[in-house]
Amino acid sequence: MSDESESRLSRRGLLGLAGAGAAGLALGASGGAAIATSAEAAGTSGAAESYPFFGRHQSGITTATQDRLHFAAFDLDASSTRQDLRELLSDWSYAASRLTQGLEVTEDGAVGGSPLAPPDDTGEALGLPAAGLTITFGFGPTLFTDDSGVDRFGLADRRPAALAPLPRFSGDALRPESSGGDLCIQACADDPQVAVHAIRNLSRIAFGRAAIRWSQLGFGRTSSTSTSQTTPRNLFGFKDGTANIKAEETKDVAEFVWVADGDGPAWMTDGSYLVARKVRMVIESWDRTRLEEQQRVIGREKGEGAPLSGGTEFTEPNFTKPDDDGSPRIATDAHIRLSHPKANNGARMLRRGYNYVDGNDELGRLDAGLFFLSFQRDPEQFITVQRSLAGHDALNEYIKHVGSAIFAVPPGARRGGSIGDGLFS
Amino acid sequence: MSIRRQLRRPLFVASGAIAASLALAGCVANNAGGGSALTVDITDDTCTVSESTATAGAVTFTLTNSGSDTNEFEILAEDKLRIVGEKENVTPKQNVSYTLHLEPGIYYTACKFQLVGAPIGLAKFTVTGDSVKADDDEQKLIDEAVTNYVSYVKSQTGELVPAVKNFVDAYVAGNDAQARELFASTRVFYERIEPTAEAFGDLDPKIDYREVDAVAEGLDWTGFHRIEKDLWPPAAGELNSDGTSALLDWAPSTPAERAAFGKGLIDDVDQLYTLVYAKKFTVSLADISNGAIGLLDEVATGKISGEEDWWSHTDLTDFAANVQGAEVAFGNVHDLVKSKGATGTKLATKIQKEFDALNALLAKYGSIETGFTPYDEITDAQRKELSDQVNSLAEPLSKLTSTVLGL
Repeated sequence: MSDESESRLSRRGLLGLAGAGAAGLALGASGGAAIATSAEAAGTSGAAESYPFFGRHQSGITTATQDRLHFAAFDLDASSTRQDLRELLSDWSYAASRLTQGLEVTEDGAVGGSPLAPPDDTGEALGLPAAGLTITFGFGPTLFTDDSGVDRFGLADRRPAALAPLPRFSGDALRPESSGGDLCIQACADDPQVAVHAIRNLSRIAFGRAAIRWSQLGFGRTSSTSTSQTTPRNLFGFKDGTANIKAEETKDVAEFVWVADGDGPAWMTDGSYLVARKVRMVIESWDRTRLEEQQRVIGREKGEGAPLSGGTEFTEPNFTKPDDDGSPRIATDAHIRLSHPKANNGARMLRRGYNYVDGNDELGRLDAGLFFLSFQRDPEQFITVQRSLAGHDALNEYIKHVGSAIFAVPPGARRGGSIGDGLFS
Repeated sequence: MSIRRQLRRPLFVASGAIAASLALAGCVANNAGGGSALTVDITDDTCTVSESTATAGAVTFTLTNSGSDTNEFEILAEDKLRIVGEKENVTPKQNVSYTLHLEPGIYYTACKFQLVGAPIGLAKFTVTGDSVKADDDEQKLIDEAVTNYVSYVKSQTGELVPAVKNFVDAYVAGNDAQARELFASTRVFYERIEPTAEAFGDLDPKIDYREVDAVAEGLDWTGFHRIEKDLWPPAAGELNSDGTSALLDWAPSTPAERAAFGKGLIDDVDQLYTLVYAKKFTVSLADISNGAIGLLDEVATGKISGEEDWWSHTDLTDFAANVQGAEVAFGNVHDLVKSKGATGTKLATKIQKEFDALNALLAKYGSIETGFTPYDEITDAQRKELSDQVNSLAEPLSKLTSTVLGL
């Protein structure tokens, strides 16, 4: 009881500070330094120095994709109760509201607490700016009903029909240790240390209630989510995300990204659905493939990124334009043909994936690929596109889906509230 | 509670005789309304308490030692491990009175012949009635915590000495089956108080170093784990925990080497006994609470990975003993934590809940008494579950010291 009022107090304290626009003052020299430098933060993503945590939608979706990712999926402990889950979401929201502003996880932080107690904050982000950090939370299907059909938290009847485990796709080689999860946190920032600091501190807060099931670092963005960003390249060396939904395309964002009133339970309105797929690339084989073949597989030129049907990067592909022998310039099994809205009943999604390299495998090959993340109003959008690709895409020879997860991403928290408040009301 | 205190003072003054005897015994006074007076007949192999129940409050035991040598009387908590109070050095023919404050609950009484070895005449002892809050003077709580934890360290060392002797006898005699049987249970007494032994610098490396650590630090490799590898000799092609060949710079000990390793372990454990039974030996409050988290760290780094008992795979016994030691340390400062307001009470409740959860999880794999599932049969998923629960406990436990000390 008293602890609750304590945390309310500190939350008010935080909000008061943020409102005053002088958050550093009460935090001592180190906190002040963090704030002072944040104004100069300039990542290559073109992201702002900091993004608000509270709002209608969660940040980290239409936010201009930051350069670095640390993503973690959590399972709740067997002993955790509904109350534990609520408190965890409340504690996480409070911590995230501070971290995203470049503050330490609590006011005591890394060095302001008792010398006899472990510091509240792990400290590796001391003196670093917010670096455009966003922290985005999601709920997996097993939060509502676990694998044995048990309703652990009295939430089964609140589960959106759309939040079902993804179907199996042809060629899937999924590993349980990099799939699924009751909860997820996507931390994106322009500084990898800031993103890792967020996941590290949030998982520490979770001990006793939830533990990491798997986590993934991403070192380079593979998508642009803003027209102000240049198109980055994936590890195949091709520009990725040219045709992605951009934040500026407000009509498409509303139609394809945000859950609307009436789509499902009211608590998901203004939320989204997140699909995570770990796609291992067979780098060595790809690198031995002749340029002409690489371009045929993708359906674009490697240099400029223009479709093989001609033009420049943003020229709309012409899928019927024939070459000299009369066969289409963009092959029938080219990646951009099969993933294009035209091949998928108009389905689009907002992609936010990252390149990853997890060292090497036991054969000395780079354990590398694309950590694919997409946000969509309905998971059916992803399923439609993936069905079109699986088993047909020429790229399948060079990739293997090894991890998979789906999460309902609730709307943003109201100022002073918590992520998922609507789920429990 | 304030009413009780007001009531107590005049009564306390009025019963000057009781107050004096309490002060001598170094125990906590309380209202004269509760409490009981009992007798204890001690012989070398019995420990008979006149009643198996008492009323909460000051309980006075009148001890009579009709045995042949020095004895000790102990009151243990319900876990039969944590020492709630003890009267040491009861000499033959001596008749002495010992008073302590007992809250309602289940306890065990026992004696310890010559102050070493397993408790003798362990008997259930129930304290009934209403809680009689002891004087909450903080220094007294601290003194009690320290006194009781020192007693615990002594009792475990006292049991370690004869256990090691038996184990070494079997090993030196080449009775490997019996030595293998005794290995895990002998280590329990050590694992429960490991941070204390570690505080004595060079003793822990001699007693408990793993081969890879001894080699890395250029030490002679001795102690439990040296003996372990003789008892569970590796087959050709097996690897040490660091991936080197198990046979690298290692060969089964000759009988003469066995005798030397055996004597070394006995001598080192005897030295530990001498150190903790020395008059000047004590611990600080922070040693106790930090010892608790230290034991959990032992679990998190050595036992979870299965590197501790690489050849015997008895890691879960060490694991459970570390947890018991941590829980005893926590139990000793429990009242002190609870005296620290709502934060202390909440922390104490949380820690106890996580200890209970960890104990329940461990119980799925066996017990210290009956043995545990060999660690190489514990799946990765089960190891993660154990690791998660250790983290769940260690996180609140790491806040114990600052809360206890109020800093």
